[in-house]
Parts: sequence; structure tokens; C-alpha cells
Amino acid sequence: MTMSDKSRKPFNCPLPISDYPSILVAHGGGGKLMHQLLEKMILPTFSSSFKNNCHDSAVFEIAGTRLAFTTDSYVVRPIQFPGGDIGTLAINGTVNDLAMSGARPLYLSAGLIIEEGFPMETLWQILQSMKQAADTARVKLITGDTKVVDKGKGDGIYINSSGIGIIEHSLNIEPRSVVAGDAVLVNGDLGRHGIAIMAAREGLSIQTRIESDCAPLWNSVLALLSAELEIHCLRDLTRGGLASALVEIAETANLHIEIEEAKLPVREDVRGACEILGLDPVYVANEGRFAIFLPEAQVSRAMDILSNAFPDLAPARVGSVYGANRSAVTVKSTLGVARILDMFSGEQLPRIC
Amino acid sequence: MKYLDEYRDPRLASKMLKRIAERTSRRWTIMEICGGQTHTIIRSGIDRLLPDKISILHGPGCPVCVTPVHIIDKALVLASRTDVIFCTFGDMMRVPGNKEDLLTVKARGGDIRMVYSPLDAVQIARNNPRREVVFFAVGFETTAPANAMAVLQAYRDSLDNFTLLVSQVLVPPAIEAILSAPDNRINGFLAAGHVCTVMGYREYNPLAEKYLVPIVVTGFEPLDIIQGIEMLISQLENGTCRVENQYRRAVTEAGNLKAQHIINEVFDVTDRTWRGIGNIPLSGLALREKYRDFDAEVRFKPGDTVACESSECISGLILQGAKNPFDCPAFGNRCTPEKPLGATMVSSEGACAAYFRYRAKTVEKAG
Repeated sequence: MTMSDKSRKPFNCPLPISDYPSILVAHGGGGKLMHQLLEKMILPTFSSSFKNNCHDSAVFEIAGTRLAFTTDSYVVRPIQFPGGDIGTLAINGTVNDLAMSGARPLYLSAGLIIEEGFPMETLWQILQSMKQAADTARVKLITGDTKVVDKGKGDGIYINSSGIGIIEHSLNIEPRSVVAGDAVLVNGDLGRHGIAIMAAREGLSIQTRIESDCAPLWNSVLALLSAELEIHCLRDLTRGGLASALVEIAETANLHIEIEEAKLPVREDVRGACEILGLDPVYVANEGRFAIFLPEAQVSRAMDILSNAFPDLAPARVGSVYGANRSAVTVKSTLGVARILDMFSGEQLPRIC
Repeated sequence: MKYLDEYRDPRLASKMLKRIAERTSRRWTIMEICGGQTHTIIRSGIDRLLPDKISILHGPGCPVCVTPVHIIDKALVLASRTDVIFCTFGDMMRVPGNKEDLLTVKARGGDIRMVYSPLDAVQIARNNPRREVVFFAVGFETTAPANAMAVLQAYRDSLDNFTLLVSQVLVPPAIEAILSAPDNRINGFLAAGHVCTVMGYREYNPLAEKYLVPIVVTGFEPLDIIQGIEMLISQLENGTCRVENQYRRAVTEAGNLKAQHIINEVFDVTDRTWRGIGNIPLSGLALREKYRDFDAEVRFKPGDTVACESSECISGLILQGAKNPFDCPAFGNRCTPEKPLGATMVSSEGACAAYFRYRAKTVEKAG
């Protein structure tokens, strides 16, 4: 290294360029590469602005009122899939990010980036989906933006949406609030969205009627909050699935989370598809599922509330939180042996055989 | 789930494990051949439930791991061509060649498509008559019939824009290479159930007789593997060396004759290089003369590279059962699934990747 190189060092890319000179799809996949990108490049650059960067939305206070703010971009392919479309996702995803902070979702924005030549009919359907999803979640879409890019410069349509919600309780619902002795619940069966998308994607001709689980989660969260349960943390199980969510929370809380394979709710058809594709349902994406961390003593009440409110979803208690001097997530196999559950590295790729 | 939960029943498993423990009187080292079995063993923790006297070593049966670097490099050259649509199974995407992997080529604009069947690649060729479609034909005897079928379809339809980059390998020659090594310490094998579904298991009889090792054709679910181990231990304790079939619900002695016929029609047996092991005579398949037009190496002449493998990597020794992933000083630090130094860390079925994923942070190196 020459002196001039050294003098330029503050402006050097902190990710060793030799590792990845350009962005890979996996850098946005929710796994290890994405976290490296976040931790090494994005968060340090804006560190003063990210106060609780490890959660789905940022919580801040204005004139004594706690608000939650979040943003998310939607680039799903195919645009329409069994159980929803990019419009449904764009509303529910942002609503859910707010709900995971325990915030009542209020107002959303939507930015549409549309590729030249995109069918007007499809755009209309997407807008209708957005309206329907917003009505269901009782949020108002109050501002937005539309841009059109040249043919070939976009993939049909991308949507960004941001949202603001209000926190009407005194709990701090975030990974740092998780403590040893907490139980881990999920609100329903895992993996439907990811498998529905994969099945609909070009090139995969497995015959399946699996529909995405895409749904707004605020009503479930509200039901739990209204019962005055002492919720420590909520996390929606989107990209990277249950595994990535738990690993992130265990790392932030510096605790040991153990789940039991036999207790994971996975529908038979989803399990079948996962077996064929060589995927593990704990890594498969969901759009209407979340994990709940609360004290052991409140498990049965929480389960009752979830089962009564959403009888067709099969909520389940999947694990427990233990004290530890190192963060870890383990999963107990059906044979009773614990193994490490790690964040997925790169994209989840189907196996040869 | 029907036909699945039966093979994961913890009570049955503990009964079988108890019988194995009672039966085992001395040290035995056994090897599972197939990466799918490695995955099940490590994932469900079977090796930890066995008596200490039984050591399990992981064999070379991961097609992704053993595909040699010079073939990966050829794949990268072909996938970079603007006239080519390169089709591959998903898990070949991040296998590193000398310099980069297919994911990186895709990021640079290479038209690389993940397919689930070689027949999908044939369809892509039909749909894109002006593009060259190359399918990366990787795998053991399990993928060979479908890959052969793709060639037969392309031949029948006179498709002139479809080719295969072939890196097919065969299990029995690899077992023989391991058994004939002077420092071999394997007492018995679990043969790969899926391979035998296609090929049957007659070809294992000469190996069992020549090297005096019992071989049990075994399935992939936890109970399959535990039962396979029980059958193996029982033979070892009795001093017999037969080929037995645990995976009877899928495998017959003769195998799938139709599939074998298709393989023989399209492919011929040839020498192949195995990543981490080296050249093994007559251990792979190549397209027969009649189907040479479908050979991507013949059509595009992508050139040969010399593999520069890390001198630190011990994957060759791991693939041959001489070492365990935890014996490697680079494991988990200089070598991870994101930056693999060698064969066994690249695929989820590789022994090192399986240990890294399920064991790395437990720090219990005893295994």
C-alpha cells in the first residue's frame, strides 16, 4: 500500500472489494451477505441516525407521543401470485413492520417505479389490491409518487412504501427487551408465501395450490396488546424466515433461543414442497406470520387469544429463551439432538438431489 | 406427514440405537457415501446418538463438491458468453472456480437460469431458437437418466442450439478408490439409496467380496440411516461382508432398467477428475460419439484451466474419510460457506458445510 492509498483510506469501501466487487442478489436476500452489507457499509455510515436499527421500524417521540416509522421496497417476481400481488405485499409488509413495534399503523406513502410498456390493466389490478389491503388494515395511503423508466431498465413494476404508526402503550417491543424465561410463539403455519412464490415463478412446474399467507398483522398484535400481555418482542418472519428472525433477535439480546423441530407448524403441502426442493421451512419467507416473545406464564393466554381470533392458522409455541454468555439459536431435532440454527448464507438454493 | 414422519419416529429410533449400542463390541469406522445422508446424519444428530466406538466418516457423494475446478471454469466461460443461456441446478451457482462463481457471472449480466430439470432447459432451447442453451449436467447416477433424456429429446427434435456441459460421476469407482488407498480405515459402507434406485446394487457385490467390507444400501430419512447402521454393525460383528438392502421401499437388486438403458444409450464410461481427490479411472460418463453434437465442450471449446486449489484445504482427505472437518485449521475462520477454500465447504451437502451449519458454534469438537 502506498502513502496515497493510505491517505485515501477513510473513503475506501469497508467491505473488502476482493470479496465482492459488485452487488450479488444475495446481498438483498436477508441472509449473511445482506447483514454484512448493512453492518459494514450502511449502518456505520448513518450510525447517528439509526437509534434502534435492529428492528422492523424506528421508534421516536414527538411531543410526548411515541411514533413508529418504517420503509420497505417491493420487487417481487412474479408480480401476481396465488394469494396476492405486489400491491397486497406493499401495503401489508409496511403495515406489519409498524405492527412489529406495537404501533397502530396510520398513514402510508407509496412510490411506484413502472417500466415503460407495463400493461395498464395489471397496474389497475395492483392499485385495487393496494386499496383493498389498506382498507382491511385500516390505514390511509396519503402521499405517493410515480416514475416511469425506459423499457429494459426495470422489471415491470417496483413499489416502495413508507408508513407511520402510533404507539399507544408503554411497552418497549424490541429485541433488547427479550429476557431469559421468555417463550417463543408463532401465529400460524410457516412457509406458505415463499413456496407459493417459488411455485409461481417461471421454470418451477410443481403443481401446487399453496397460496401466500400475505395478511396484515396489526389485528393480531392489537388482540394481544388489549389483553395486557407483557409482550417483549414481535418480529414478522419475512425474508429469511423464522431462522433469520430468531438469529437476529438472539444476537441483539445476547441470549440463547432454542426451538423444537417437532413443534414447528408447517402445513403438509408446504412440507412436501420443501422436501422436494431441499428447502428447510424455517428459512422460507412468510408475509403474514410473526414470532412473539413473552413471559412463560402468559403463554396459554396468548395461545387462546391467537387461536380464537384466527382459528385456521395453527398458532404454536415453538421454543424458549435461555440465559447464555453467548448468543445462539439451536433447534432440537425430532431425535432430541440440538443443532445450531444459523442465518442462511447467500440465497437459499434448491439442491440437486 | 405420511411416508415421512414414520421415518423420523423418535421412539423407534431410540429402540434401534439401543440395539446398536448393545451389539457393538469394538471400534468400527463406517462411511456414508452420499451427501444427502451426510446432511441427515449431522442435521438430526445421529452421529451423536451412536456409541463412542462407532465413528462415522463422510464420503465423496456430493456432486457439487466433487465437480472439478476446470469444469467450473468452463461453465463460467460459457455462462459469460452473450449468445448463451446457461442452465444449471441451483446449488452449482455459488461453487467457486479458480476466480469466481456463477452468481458473480450472473451479477455481471450473464444469462444464467436455475432449472429443476434438464428437460426445462430443453424447453428453453425450443423457446429461444436464436440462442445457445447450455445445461450443466452434473451429478451421480441419479441425475444421469434425466440428463440423458434431455439429449434424446433434443436429438429427436433436431435441436441445434442445445448442449450439455457434462460432469457426470459414478459411485462404485469412488468407493474402490477409497478402499484401495493404503491408509484406508473404513470397515463398512452405507451405499447411496437414490443412486441404487437407478442402478440397483449388483455392481457392489465385487467390491464387498474383493475388499471384505459389508455394504448396506441405505435411504435418507433418520430411521433409514439408523437401520442401515444397525445392519452394518450386525454384519461387522458377525464377520460377514455382504451387500444388503435397507432401502427396499425404493431399491431393487436390478434397479431401474429403463433408466439404465437411457444412460447407456447416451453416455459412455470415461475417466473423470474429482475435486479434492484427483483422477479416478472409469469413474464418470461422457456423451457417446453419436451425441457429440450436444457436447458443449466440443461446440464451444471453452479451453482448459489449471486448478489452483488452496494448499491449506484438506477436503481431499475429508472426502476420502482420512480426516474430519474439525481437523482443519482453516475451518470456520479462513474457510466458510461464503468464502469456501475447497470442495467440501461449497455445497450444503458437503461435510464441512454441514458441520459449519449445524455444529460450528457449539464448540463441541468431539463430534
